[in-house]
Amino acid sequence: MSLPDLQKLVKLGKNFSRKEVKCLMRLFHDLVGEQHERRAVSSLDRGKFMNILHNTFRMTDDMMMGRVFCAFDKDNDGYICLEEWIGGLSVFLRGSLDEKIEFCFNVYDWNGDGSISWGEMFQMLKSSLVKQPTEEDPDEGIKDLVDITLKKMDHDHDGMLSFADFEKSVREEHLLLEAFGSCLPDPKAIIAFEGQTFLNASEI
Amino acid sequence: MGVALTRAAQWTTAGFGTGKLEITPLNESILQEIIAFVENFSSKHPKESSLVFKEPLQWTTTLEPSRFGSGYEVSKLSVTSVETDKDGRPLLRLSASNIEVLSFSQLSTILRVAQDKKLREVQACLEANRDPVAKILGASYATVDGEDYSVLRLLEKVKQDDDANHDAEFEMKVFLLIQQLDMQLMNNSLKQISQEVRLSPATVKNEVELLESFCGEEQEAVLKSVEYTSDYEFSNGCRAPPWRQVHGEICYLKIKPHDTDTLYVTCSTAGVFLNGGVDEEKEKTDYERKSEVYKDLVNLLKQRSSHFAQNIVSLPLSFSTNDDNYSLKEMSFVLVFGKFHDVLFTLDYVSKISGVWTEEFSESSSESEEDEDQLDRRQESSTDLPSEYWQIQKLVKYLKGGNQTATVIALCSMRDFNLAQETCQLAIRDVGGLEVLINLLDTDEIKCKIGSLKILKEISRNSQIRRAIAGFGGLQMMVNILDSPEKKLKCLAAETIANVAKFRRARRTVRKHGGIKRLVGLLDCVPSDSANLTPEQEKDIEVARCGALALWSCSKSTRNKEAIRKAGGIPLLARLLKSPHENMLIPVVGTLQECASEQSYRTAIQSEKMIEDLVKNLSRDNQELQMHCASAIFKCAEEKETRELVRQFDGLKPLVTLLSMSENKQLLAAATGAIWKCSISLENVAKFQEYKAIDLLVGLLTDQPEEVLVNVVGALGECAQEQSNRAIIRKCGGIQPLVSLLTGTNQALLINVTKAVGACAIDPENMTIIDRMDGLRLLWSLFKNPNPDVQASAAWAICPCIENSKDAGEVVRSFVGGLELIVNLLKSDNKEVLASVCAAIAKIAKDEENLAVITDHGVVAMLAKLTKTTDDKLRRYLAEAIGNCCMWGSNRMSFGETGAVAPLVHYLKSSDTMVHQATSVALFQLSKDANNCITMHENGAVKLLLSLVGSTDEVLQEAAAGCVANIRRLALANEKARYG
Repeated sequence: MSLPDLQKLVKLGKNFSRKEVKCLMRLFHDLVGEQHERRAVSSLDRGKFMNILHNTFRMTDDMMMGRVFCAFDKDNDGYICLEEWIGGLSVFLRGSLDEKIEFCFNVYDWNGDGSISWGEMFQMLKSSLVKQPTEEDPDEGIKDLVDITLKKMDHDHDGMLSFADFEKSVREEHLLLEAFGSCLPDPKAIIAFEGQTFLNASEI
Repeated sequence: MGVALTRAAQWTTAGFGTGKLEITPLNESILQEIIAFVENFSSKHPKESSLVFKEPLQWTTTLEPSRFGSGYEVSKLSVTSVETDKDGRPLLRLSASNIEVLSFSQLSTILRVAQDKKLREVQACLEANRDPVAKILGASYATVDGEDYSVLRLLEKVKQDDDANHDAEFEMKVFLLIQQLDMQLMNNSLKQISQEVRLSPATVKNEVELLESFCGEEQEAVLKSVEYTSDYEFSNGCRAPPWRQVHGEICYLKIKPHDTDTLYVTCSTAGVFLNGGVDEEKEKTDYERKSEVYKDLVNLLKQRSSHFAQNIVSLPLSFSTNDDNYSLKEMSFVLVFGKFHDVLFTLDYVSKISGVWTEEFSESSSESEEDEDQLDRRQESSTDLPSEYWQIQKLVKYLKGGNQTATVIALCSMRDFNLAQETCQLAIRDVGGLEVLINLLDTDEIKCKIGSLKILKEISRNSQIRRAIAGFGGLQMMVNILDSPEKKLKCLAAETIANVAKFRRARRTVRKHGGIKRLVGLLDCVPSDSANLTPEQEKDIEVARCGALALWSCSKSTRNKEAIRKAGGIPLLARLLKSPHENMLIPVVGTLQECASEQSYRTAIQSEKMIEDLVKNLSRDNQELQMHCASAIFKCAEEKETRELVRQFDGLKPLVTLLSMSENKQLLAAATGAIWKCSISLENVAKFQEYKAIDLLVGLLTDQPEEVLVNVVGALGECAQEQSNRAIIRKCGGIQPLVSLLTGTNQALLINVTKAVGACAIDPENMTIIDRMDGLRLLWSLFKNPNPDVQASAAWAICPCIENSKDAGEVVRSFVGGLELIVNLLKSDNKEVLASVCAAIAKIAKDEENLAVITDHGVVAMLAKLTKTTDDKLRRYLAEAIGNCCMWGSNRMSFGETGAVAPLVHYLKSSDTMVHQATSVALFQLSKDANNCITMHENGAVKLLLSLVGSTDEVLQEAAAGCVANIRRLALANEKARYG
């Protein structure tokens, strides 16, 4: 790889050291290598990426994994290229609070219109409650939960969460960062992943 | 059939869907009672028993259809009853092990045919029908938390349609009968629980027998052997010797585990513990307690032998009832009975039982227990519950039935309520939120734990919530969280522990679960005054701060102080004491001042060079911190070296400065306390004089609360030991307020006031003021105070008063019954009182008329009786009193007749020169009587006196010589008479 390209990548993965970027690059190529070269440019497809999320980062919710994929896939071409891989992981593993707020917001904003609507929230929270057999309308609880969330986070009272709403709420209460579903890896998984991937960082 | 039981099932499983009733003796007895109730129902209440249930009770049975007889249509796989309800439904239907029943009469039939499977059937029925009452009488009678108006509703129904619906009356009766059963069940369960708590010879015997049956040399056996140290069993079942039985001890065991040394165990009614063991050679047992007290042998062995703990699990069920949570489960079992007042009663009862148990541990606390007896308050009626109640109830529902995401949302939303408000705090408890919050602490979800702890931390400011959290085992969970690598979690857990551990039982729980050690571990962080801290180091410092907060709360129990010390907490606290941050210093100094009640800490505070830091922080601009520093010095300055150190580090001046903080009474009390203790050293008194502390102290003699006054007066009393200060106190106008304080009732204050007045009275000018205010009479009246310390202190104060007052003799005589009062104090059994009263009598006896009066009151015999004492202080003043009392009438002879002379001679062998002086004077007086001379001579007085003649003390010299002369003179006269 040419030096300017590496520079660009190091800049993208600003939370990593140069050596760590190299490790991630190597990992990326290993992962891509496993899949059959169907495209000229090597990149990860959706299924492969979701496998990594599931196996390495212990994520279980298909819907959320799909959304995380979309958040990584900045150019929306259905594939994760090396730049998207480095840039995404930089936030995913070591992001500052600001970066994580932006990342999570992108995950939760399905249509990318800059706000999380009532419907989007409903979809994301749909499976969050155990169905009570006694309840007439099983969605009643979910609707209520969405209303509770809006009441807590919708500071401008327009019925949806703008980025500003979301950011403000998370700053007040960090627990709300992953308010609509787990989309960041848990600390143990991060430690395991980094331990494995950066093990040979010094050798490179 | 027991609102109780259905709820019990929930408690014991803490899950959803169908639960299982645990097999414990208590559950079993409750089931038995229910069986008896149902079986007799149709014969006792024939009409009610035919009432058709609103919904069938349905469960999986093990009964074969063939068991049913007449009145039933029996086929191979199914049974239907001939009896039907209005709509033609059979009242009993069984098909393929699924059974449906619609009336009590059918239920009792089932039990009849079930025979030996009764228990199993009832259990299955109750497990499948969590709330049978709801099925029997309809959903409106379902068991609900909180006030229950079902009875009222029923009454109304009966009234409204008395003719239309005859069933309502039956329903009412059935309902009442069920209620009755509930009460009965609860009472019996309570009885059983109350028996569990204390050990008896029978229970110990059973347990030992049980253990014996699992002993052996093979590896599977839990123990090698268990044996009594004594073969003899008293008729009451005890094996301990009678003089140990009075301590509640039952027997002693010698237990050989597989993996550790032989254990010597004492079984007592309060529990079992390790003793010092048996010395085989001397056949002596060391009864001293060497371990904590455990509830029973199994618990003790689990702690002491890991081999035992591992193997015990695989043993039959009879053991599992000894599980740690046993009593808790059983109690909660009882707690579920529907009605509020019942619950209240139960809670109260249970806490009493456990209270009795904990008292046995003699866990003392340096602070008065807050709210230990506070009664549980509940909302009186459910009609005007605030809207928050319902909202919180809804959120708790989402907590229970939500995944991590929903849980976090519900937790965050709950934090938006005003959690400082009692209605919200109690609402969370009343809708069952506390259990859920505590259960969340046991999950792996860090976010849920954080959210839960944030709420628990807030609501645990309420004392009832604290108790509930401890009751649900929340402290154990929090202690476990202290091991988490997540620093935020550690902080929250420690802060919550700090809030919860405000009462004794909670502090004990923290210790028992290894909390103290872990909390001390949190204190270990880099010195926080170093510059350029990394964010991680800052987090560590925050963790340490939270740990110190928790230790502060825990340190109010004596055992915890010990545990903190043993866990190596003192050097860590010493390091944190160097912190520049006040929010760190306050909990650290708070803990130190709490612990300074222990001698070991006072020494350590001195040796770890903490006095310097304490003194430094006295000058900080934070009153709370200043207060804790001053109290720490107050407690530590009991030690002489500490007092010196406070002076060397220039701590006396800031203390004096604090005297101007007249609005903050706590601070003032701590500062004056520190000054008082520091002024015990004379060098410090000189410094205080220099800083004009005495003027300030005198200014604090009026309009101050008692805890300040005690210390102020104490300090003045110490300062007045110095001649020049007595005049200063007078010049500042301190004598009058001091004398007027003699009329108070606070014992501690009176002790200090009398001491101060006594010290001031040494100055004759002060005495005129005291006289003018009738101070002597006030002091005298304190002889009627029941506290011996006050009596003694008053008597000491009286001595200088009599000496310095011009016409003291006359004044004393004027006190009606006064002299009789003081003579009677010679009957006291307190050495200090006796010594002080003897000193006072020595002064009183200088006035001849008064001496005559006290002689009439029998002072001679009383003094003579005391002469056998070995206490040098008492000997000195007693000899002085005897010497002075000789001056009247035939008192010299009387002392001789009452046998006072011989013991006095032996006083001369004492090592105390002050005793020698007073005794010689007394002997000189006594030797004016011939018989006394003979006694003295017989007891070898001459030799002893001769050696004292050589003393440098002139009074002693003269008295000794005079005495010898008298003896000699008698001998000469005798010779003269004989040989003439």
